[in-house]
Amino acid sequence: MNKKQKKALAQILTSIVLIIVISAVAHWIVFHPYLEFVLYMVPYLIVGYDILRKAFKGIKNRQVFDENFLMAVATLGAILLGDYKEGVAVMLFYQIGELFQSYAVGKSRKNISELMDIRPDYANVERDGKLEKVDPDEVEVGTVIIVQPGEKIPIDGIIIEGETALNTSALTGESLPREVKTEDEVISGCINMTGVIKIRTKKEFGESTVSKILDLVENSSSKKSRSENFISKFARYYTPIVCYGALALAFLPPLFNVIMGRNPAVGQWVYRALTFLVISCPCALVISIPLSFFAGIGGASKEGVLVKGSNYLETLSQAKYVVFDKTGTMTQGIFQVSGIHHSKLPDEKLLEYAALAECYSSHPISKSLQKAYGREIDKNRVQEVKEISGNGVTAKVDGVNVAVGNDKLMKQLGLEYKECHEVGTLVHVAVEGQYKGHILISDQLKPHAKEAIAALKKTGIKKSVMLTGDSKLAAEKVAEELGIHEVYSELLPADKVSKVEELLGQKAEKEKLIFVGDGINDAPVLSRADVGIAMGALGSDAAIEAADVVLMDDDPLKIAKAIKISKKCIRIVYENIYFAIGVKIICLILGAVGIANMWVAIFADVGVMILAVLNAIRALFVKNV
Amino acid sequence: MKKTYKIEVDCANCANKMEQAAKETAGVKDATVNFMTLKMIVEFEEGQEPKKVMEEVLKNCKKVEDDCEIFI
Repeated sequence: MNKKQKKALAQILTSIVLIIVISAVAHWIVFHPYLEFVLYMVPYLIVGYDILRKAFKGIKNRQVFDENFLMAVATLGAILLGDYKEGVAVMLFYQIGELFQSYAVGKSRKNISELMDIRPDYANVERDGKLEKVDPDEVEVGTVIIVQPGEKIPIDGIIIEGETALNTSALTGESLPREVKTEDEVISGCINMTGVIKIRTKKEFGESTVSKILDLVENSSSKKSRSENFISKFARYYTPIVCYGALALAFLPPLFNVIMGRNPAVGQWVYRALTFLVISCPCALVISIPLSFFAGIGGASKEGVLVKGSNYLETLSQAKYVVFDKTGTMTQGIFQVSGIHHSKLPDEKLLEYAALAECYSSHPISKSLQKAYGREIDKNRVQEVKEISGNGVTAKVDGVNVAVGNDKLMKQLGLEYKECHEVGTLVHVAVEGQYKGHILISDQLKPHAKEAIAALKKTGIKKSVMLTGDSKLAAEKVAEELGIHEVYSELLPADKVSKVEELLGQKAEKEKLIFVGDGINDAPVLSRADVGIAMGALGSDAAIEAADVVLMDDDPLKIAKAIKISKKCIRIVYENIYFAIGVKIICLILGAVGIANMWVAIFADVGVMILAVLNAIRALFVKNV
Repeated sequence: MKKTYKIEVDCANCANKMEQAAKETAGVKDATVNFMTLKMIVEFEEGQEPKKVMEEVLKNCKKVEDDCEIFI
């Protein structure tokens, strides 16, 4: 509790004690009416002084209709009618509600900032043989920093010494540690678990992943959702309407009674009008809606799903169409040797020739050959390397002529080659002018890709579409394997935008389209979709900037998770809107006809607010949605 | 130009009122108050001096909600 809250608590407790004492004594002695009034005014002023002061200031500044005014009029009115106890009680409960609300909001603010407790406090820099703790902001690019077990990596960089396991859970929600060694790139925000590592920084602190994420999280929910805008507009018109309503309730029926020649019963109608005012306080709505979104966004970030604003959370919950990029989103985007066919040599020998012949190339295909070969490559064994651009290479490996490349190379050399029935890139190998077989290289599906599509369908997705620049055969195979409804292949980046626009044109207004990409070259599509989701954003600034929702790791299951989180949050928002408005309308009607008294009114105000706040906090718990 | 300011305010409705007051201040193109993170993001009109505009914004906010603070 902060100072203000402690003061409020003290005021509340003091006046409760006073009221109990006064009522107890009133059991034994009958006070003189004036004395009773004075006695009850003491706890009333202790607990309600602030409200009266604010209401008065509001009138002075021509900002009449706010909840301070409502409460001041309602309680003063009750006291003037002689219902001292009720007047004090209304003020007391109102203040208890306010205190609870401010405590709950403060608590969830703190909770959520703890969830994102990734801000590093210092960086260890070696100076004159001694470790020195410095502010991460002061570390220049290229400095060597040392991270000990248990410490956070403060700045993005490359390991130059040591190996360790990193805990990335604060960033990705993934609990499995990540093994890293010398030459590996590491990102700030991870916690070093086992070994001491030395890192050469590659960025300034302000440009590092951790700063970008913190910036994103702290500025999210500034883009307000439609529900939030609705509520603030609602509150703007609602309070004045209720005030005039109460005024009418207090004076029109008595006037009518006078005209009809009956007893005007002014006291009774004024009392009803005051009840009306107490019920109508809009706090429950005004606080619980932003709190729900804030908690939802906070809970999502704990799971490695960063949402840039509550409007995106709202849109995400209405997702009906999902459009995917293939490479890097559903597949790993890493090429791997997936088969060696028709080989007239032992498979390993064929691979060895291919890897050696390609050893000077940095093309992804060559890399995957070298990786599959797995052993150290002795470049001295390779001579007379000739690269035939776009087709392959010829070289002398261990003194024999080797040609490694695609169909065109084989045709050039006048060799017959065998086609492959599987999808992927073919690398043919010929030795001494004879065709020896081919190696199939293909992109692998991500481990959870299939479950991810199934999970999406469960969340109520109507149609899944895959867009890719890849060949038709490869695209259709992936789509079939995953159970994706539609697939468009051989698209250029610009085609992807027009395809998404076409899909946007087909769907109904309330059905939203989300696009999921790896954020590398699909920024235009990300921004065109209703919600753009970038995945595997660890280390990619471009993705963090272009997307509306960022998945920190590259697990496609998180897409469905993000949608489920958004649905839970929106459900809570609507529960609160309907519950709060519903209870208030019922109580307003009951109050107007005289069934609900001041005590019911207190429940409709403070009780509803407390329940709505507690419900809102539920949005924070999304681990198992 | 956009700038973010830290604010202090107690209730959500007051935050909404501050947002409204800031929006209506001369020199402000758009303003958002985020009650949960206690921040005010102000977009200024071209050629306005943020410091001067913010003083006006603070004045207007104080009018609608006496118990607020903007850390300019």
